[in-house]
Amino acid sequence: MNLNETQLLQAYRKMRQIRAFEDRVHEEFATGEIPGFVHLYAGEEASAVGFCMHLTDEDRIASTHRGHGHCIAKGVEINGMMSEIYGRRNGICAGKGGSMHIADLEKGMMGANGIVGAGPPLICGAGLAAKFQKNGAVAVAFVGDGASNQGTTMESLNLASVWNLPCIFVAENNGYAEATSSTWSVSCENIADRAAAFGMPGVVVDGHDFFAVYEVAGEAIKRAREGGGPSLIECKLNRFYGHFEGDAQKYRLKDEVKNLKQSNDCLKKFADKVLDQGLLNKKHLAEIDELVAEEIDFAVNHAKSSEKPNSADLLTDVYVNYP
Amino acid sequence: MARIITFREAVNEALLQEMERDPKVIAMGEDVIGGSGAKGEMDAWGGPFGFTKGLYGKFGDRIMDTPITESAFIGAAVGAAVCGMRPVAELMYIDFMGVCFDQIFNQAAKFKYMFGGKAETPVVIRTSIGAGLRAASHHSQSLYPIFTHIPGLKVVVPSSPYEAKGLLIQAVRDNDPVIFCEHKSLHYIQEDVPEGSYAIPFGEANIVRDGGDVTIVAFGLMVQKSMEAASKLAKEGIQCEVIDPRTTSPLDLETIVESVEKTGYLVVVDESNPRCSMAADISAQVSDQAFGSLRGPVKMVTAPHCPPPFSDVLEDLYIPSPNKITEAIRSLK
Ligand SMILES: Cc1ncc(C[n+]2csc(CCOP(=O)(O)OP(=O)(O)O)c2C)c(N)n1
Ligand SMILES: [Mg+2]
Repeated sequence: MNLNETQLLQAYRKMRQIRAFEDRVHEEFATGEIPGFVHLYAGEEASAVGFCMHLTDEDRIASTHRGHGHCIAKGVEINGMMSEIYGRRNGICAGKGGSMHIADLEKGMMGANGIVGAGPPLICGAGLAAKFQKNGAVAVAFVGDGASNQGTTMESLNLASVWNLPCIFVAENNGYAEATSSTWSVSCENIADRAAAFGMPGVVVDGHDFFAVYEVAGEAIKRAREGGGPSLIECKLNRFYGHFEGDAQKYRLKDEVKNLKQSNDCLKKFADKVLDQGLLNKKHLAEIDELVAEEIDFAVNHAKSSEKPNSADLLTDVYVNYP
Repeated sequence: MARIITFREAVNEALLQEMERDPKVIAMGEDVIGGSGAKGEMDAWGGPFGFTKGLYGKFGDRIMDTPITESAFIGAAVGAAVCGMRPVAELMYIDFMGVCFDQIFNQAAKFKYMFGGKAETPVVIRTSIGAGLRAASHHSQSLYPIFTHIPGLKVVVPSSPYEAKGLLIQAVRDNDPVIFCEHKSLHYIQEDVPEGSYAIPFGEANIVRDGGDVTIVAFGLMVQKSMEAASKLAKEGIQCEVIDPRTTSPLDLETIVESVEKTGYLVVVDESNPRCSMAADISAQVSDQAFGSLRGPVKMVTAPHCPPPFSDVLEDLYIPSPNKITEAIRSLK
């Protein structure tokens, strides 16, 4: 493992930011102040951060409806995200997109997405653009286990392989698509097994283990950057909340989430490892926890006290130019 | 005795009664059961909005969860329909039609005609439409005009629980492909709905309110909003006739034209974007057939030409409101 102290601190900070962001959005949603549909990423942090730690702003990612974690990992600014979730004018998408559509193209974040399976074709396009632009950039599509069954995903795997695109497809298998188990909806043992059918490497990795994800991601990204073509990586992980905020989760066993939080929390695993091996100390982590708590507090207060859009905004930005 | 149930319950009851009546009726969609392969309860969702709850307990394998694979399962419903089944498939949000549109508009819609009349495709695609839930651009559209544009498809936009039950029963019994559009803001409204089975024929408009001064034609949720506007205007002495065509295809133009001949004024209220909408379509057809009866311009009250926005203030401006309807009518008088 070749992470120095700064990188370790950065990885922990990003994962903690995502967790704190999601835990807080969960609380705030319950008060009724956050409108619309919200899908939380808590529990899956190691995947987003494990991949995005290898990426620069020139590299692109496409996300899903469960997009907050990917955004934060890719460097999207937290205050703008929170304002967006609250539907404020200073939101990162001017209050027009909300939780399901957060995007920041300058950071290489091509958007959360309301359409399951919409990301992979777009990421083929991002890979194609990088190829033409010869900038050495790569493109990463995050999809869920459910989205892995979508035709758009399968077609994109084939296209990326045929065009030898610098693309990485990350299947975040959190066990469910809404209320349906991935053991039922995915026709083979592992999603990554499908890679063989499309002529690319397929790897399964423990998505609770940041270090394992980081390593596998690094190899696939390096390969893509060097012109070696696409990969499919399956992160096996878990979500700590319901499919959406408000989901009663009756399809889960009563103590499932409680047990998962004890045995499979990527943040705890990270902390245990770095402390055990003396890579970081408790103070390092405590300082980050405190700092992040303040950042999230600020973001929420800032969002709540920000202006909503006004009526003139309704018809702006439909086109670049429309006579 | 009145039996008050919700729109959701009315749809559920229609499905249940039709599945009991005809073993060829099968149902499918994402999480229409919920819990497949999971360790917790089955029928955990009964559909994303609970519309199919309980059908699994009653009909077992005749209702099926699907992977997220709209092109394949909507296409499978279409294919099974041509082969003698009567599938009712659920496309969670009409916005997702982009993923499976070919199976609907090139396949289901055209078999009968292309095959020289030999094929019948009795498939129903139930889907949710409409803004109001702050669900943003991918979960809020009212895309039924796109389906209405396609010859071969029938398109239903029910406006109340009573209407939903009777129209869905007709949809299941109908031998053509039917797109059945359930507005999300109607899900929990309640009204008196008969327990017994009944079918409401397609292409027969419902005159929801009689009036001699102006004709309002509205679809789905917009019928409710138009009724609000009509009550307000009645206090000012303007009597609106409110017509709910129930189906956009076939369209009961005759009832609309008759009303316009009486009132001389027409306002069409449609939550879709305005270009090539039902509002534009009906305006054009009425101008063609009853131009001489019109005493003023046809007014369209629609969403603006932009995607549904997320922010509540913007979304409230996006959806046609009773106020906008009354304003449009006052501008005529
Ligand atoms: C095309 C399309 N079909 C269905 C949906 C509804 N939907 C939203 S999220 C979701 C489940 C996605 O599951 P998965 O890909 O495993 O992602 P996860 O929610 O587990 O992160 C479904 C069915 C949608 N938004 N778009
Ligand atoms: Mg999943």
